[in-house]
Amino acid sequence: MTGTLVTLVVTFLVALGVGFVGVAAVGLVRLPDLYTRAHATSKSDTLGTLLGLAAVAVAFGGGQPTVKTALLFVFVLLTGPTAAHAITRAAYDRGVDGWTRPGTPGGATAQPGSRVQHGHEANRGPQAQPGPDGPNDPDDGG
Amino acid sequence: MALVSAVLVGGAVGLVVLTAGPLYRAARGPTVLDRAIAVNAVGTTTIVVLALLAAAFDEPGFLDVALVYAVLNFLLSIGLSRVVLDGGEVL
Repeated sequence: MTGTLVTLVVTFLVALGVGFVGVAAVGLVRLPDLYTRAHATSKSDTLGTLLGLAAVAVAFGGGQPTVKTALLFVFVLLTGPTAAHAITRAAYDRGVDGWTRPGTPGGATAQPGSRVQHGHEANRGPQAQPGPDGPNDPDDGG
Repeated sequence: MALVSAVLVGGAVGLVVLTAGPLYRAARGPTVLDRAIAVNAVGTTTIVVLALLAAAFDEPGFLDVALVYAVLNFLLSIGLSRVVLDGGEVL
């Protein structure tokens, strides 16, 4: 039942899925912002998950477990990006600032008057030197 | 059969090793929502690990556990974002 072709397909899908989950893990560690981290985990992590579940569905080779794996596939496909979107929208509605490169005058925090200033300054990374015109300073408030 | 099982178990071990990244972000994320995203990633990896072990050991009962994990992971994310949006300072 499990021939060489099944082994090859399962190996390919598992390797690709683990690779995409690795990309998501690196992005979740290295990226500077909540929004960019959500970007990494909502797309790359979901794709790696779906490839792993496809490998499981191929390895079962039909029947009721493959149907359950397909249901799990559809559920993860629907709910993974939805959960990341809900968390990110909650952050935006609370006024969590996006990351901008330190020293550039433009960016998402150039007009700080319209939203609630939440100001977590630990998010800025190690290169957050205090500039003179500072979007890095959460206290000047517009 | 043995080779397929070895590949599936190897993939599960690799995913468990890669969970160190989201766990690091969950330990020192600056805000609550960073931690929420990291915990969501850990839960998604848990679903795949359960499914891979179900296929490797030929036990379809693990798939039910994976389905329950998926539902709980989604409800955790939605509920946590609602609580934070209502202004409750969780941490």
